Amino acid sequence: MKKREALWGWILISPWIIGFLCFTAGPMLTSLYLSFHTYDLHSMEFVGAANYQRLFFVDRIFWKSLQVTMTYAVLSVPLGIAASLALAVLLNQKVGGLKLFRTLFYLPSIVPGVASALLWQWLLNTDNGALNQVVEWVGLPPVDWLQNEKFTIYAFVLMSLWGAGGMRMVIFLAGLQGISDNYHEAAMLDGAGAWRRFRSVTLPLLSPVMFFNVVMGVIGSFQVFTSAYVMTGGGPNNATRFYALYLFTTAFEQFKLGKASAMAWVLFIILLALTGIQFAAGKRWVHYEGASR
Amino acid sequence: MRLTKALVLMLLIGFSIAFATPLLWTVSAAVKSPQEFAIAPERMIPQHIEWGNFPKAWTVLPFSTFVLNTLFLTVVCTVGTVLSSSLVAYGFSRFRFKGKDLVFGLMLATMMLPHQVTMIPNFMIWRALHAIDTFYPLTIPAFFSSALFVFLLRQFFMSVPRELDEAAMLDGAGYIRIWWQILMPLAVPAITTVAVFSFIGNWDSFEAPLIYLNSPEKYTVAVGLRMFQDTFGGNFELVMAASLIHILPTIIIFFCAQRYFLKGIAMSGMGGR
Repeated sequence: MKKREALWGWILISPWIIGFLCFTAGPMLTSLYLSFHTYDLHSMEFVGAANYQRLFFVDRIFWKSLQVTMTYAVLSVPLGIAASLALAVLLNQKVGGLKLFRTLFYLPSIVPGVASALLWQWLLNTDNGALNQVVEWVGLPPVDWLQNEKFTIYAFVLMSLWGAGGMRMVIFLAGLQGISDNYHEAAMLDGAGAWRRFRSVTLPLLSPVMFFNVVMGVIGSFQVFTSAYVMTGGGPNNATRFYALYLFTTAFEQFKLGKASAMAWVLFIILLALTGIQFAAGKRWVHYEGASR
Repeated sequence: MRLTKALVLMLLIGFSIAFATPLLWTVSAAVKSPQEFAIAPERMIPQHIEWGNFPKAWTVLPFSTFVLNTLFLTVVCTVGTVLSSSLVAYGFSRFRFKGKDLVFGLMLATMMLPHQVTMIPNFMIWRALHAIDTFYPLTIPAFFSSALFVFLLRQFFMSVPRELDEAAMLDGAGYIRIWWQILMPLAVPAITTVAVFSFIGNWDSFEAPLIYLNSPEKYTVAVGLRMFQDTFGGNFELVMAASLIHILPTIIIFFCAQRYFLKGIAMSGMGGR
């Protein structure tokens, strides 16, 4: 009976295992192998670590793409988290029409990537874009958001504030709703004001959710592709050459599949390292309810 | 933290306007005539509503084909991923066997894996199978379950009392029947969540169809829209009309299944715990 149960267990999870072996584990090893070769779909040649050496010591665009992506992460993750948390706190108040507001706040997040890129391309256009109308109304000269390399990154951050926060907001809201009123009542009896309760009760209890959102936000920054591909194609002067975009064009436009595989592994290592650092740092500020720490 | 009601409402309304404005601009741009579009500064409310932009955008490129292609892909992937993920979730939630926790942990870990690490070899596999420019690379992987969906469905199955399975088993039901006749009907909210996720994800998908599809008659709406931008990029009113065609189905689905959808997201956030 036990054997039969175990056998069925394996049979039922076999779709995932087969998929994992064919589409994840096998390809991972293959891409590691490829990263030590040059390959253009026709001929393959072993080159040792030359792909990696090129990336680190010769390829300036590689460094540029890392810089663009990191700058974007440093700006968009904290700002995005602060905004999503603020929205979630607002949605956790006791006023009417919350469902309608929640829907409105979430709506931008389900706009498909290509459509939202086209929409922003138009909102940000220099001559008569909606954003420049606001800029001019304030009394400043029009800004060439997508053509001037000084501004592009801010354009992308602004876009992420509009369209990438819905999921985070919902996760924060669920976290807030999971906090028992008892904590707040106890703090209130101790004479804590609203801000003090937020800092000393809400934030610590929310820290696991916050941590999840930070980790996913950093990973998400390294996946920015569609918006950059559609809106700017990486320009001007590589100012929007996000890492995922550079990897894609290296692989599927230049067909340097060995180099692109090396880039994929560098990406993997970077994300592992960043996530590891966050987990180590998280031990200091993430508070798990019921944990003995 | 409770703020005063008036302040809260003001902030809620202010943010709503900020979030809705770009979408309202899209709608307004999509119904403007080219002549009016040329006038700066732009007005949010058009003087004259040009409905003709929609049929024009729909026909200058074969959007009917794009929509049918995308619907086909989306439906096949959604059916495939719901069936396979629920079977796998059933296995993880109801069966005891050695190594289960290890495999489950491995599966959760794959969610953190950037897809770029497997993207190129997968392309080589489909190329070797002569499946480039077909729908196979975009549909077949869906039948091997998705880690996030397995996780969500497993959480749900765990909340269903085991006594139900045991009672059915005493009545002589096999494992597959328990899955199909007991768990699946009970799991309709969770299944809906997963199906909506899958639908929106596939409808939105851009990178994979961009890699695998070459001939325009196979394009999805996302790739077709990108081609639209290349061809008619100067005609913003047409681009916006075409974008609305892409946006509308996701908004409709979202409105219909909002409750399930938001619950699913909240649950996936619990994965961080």
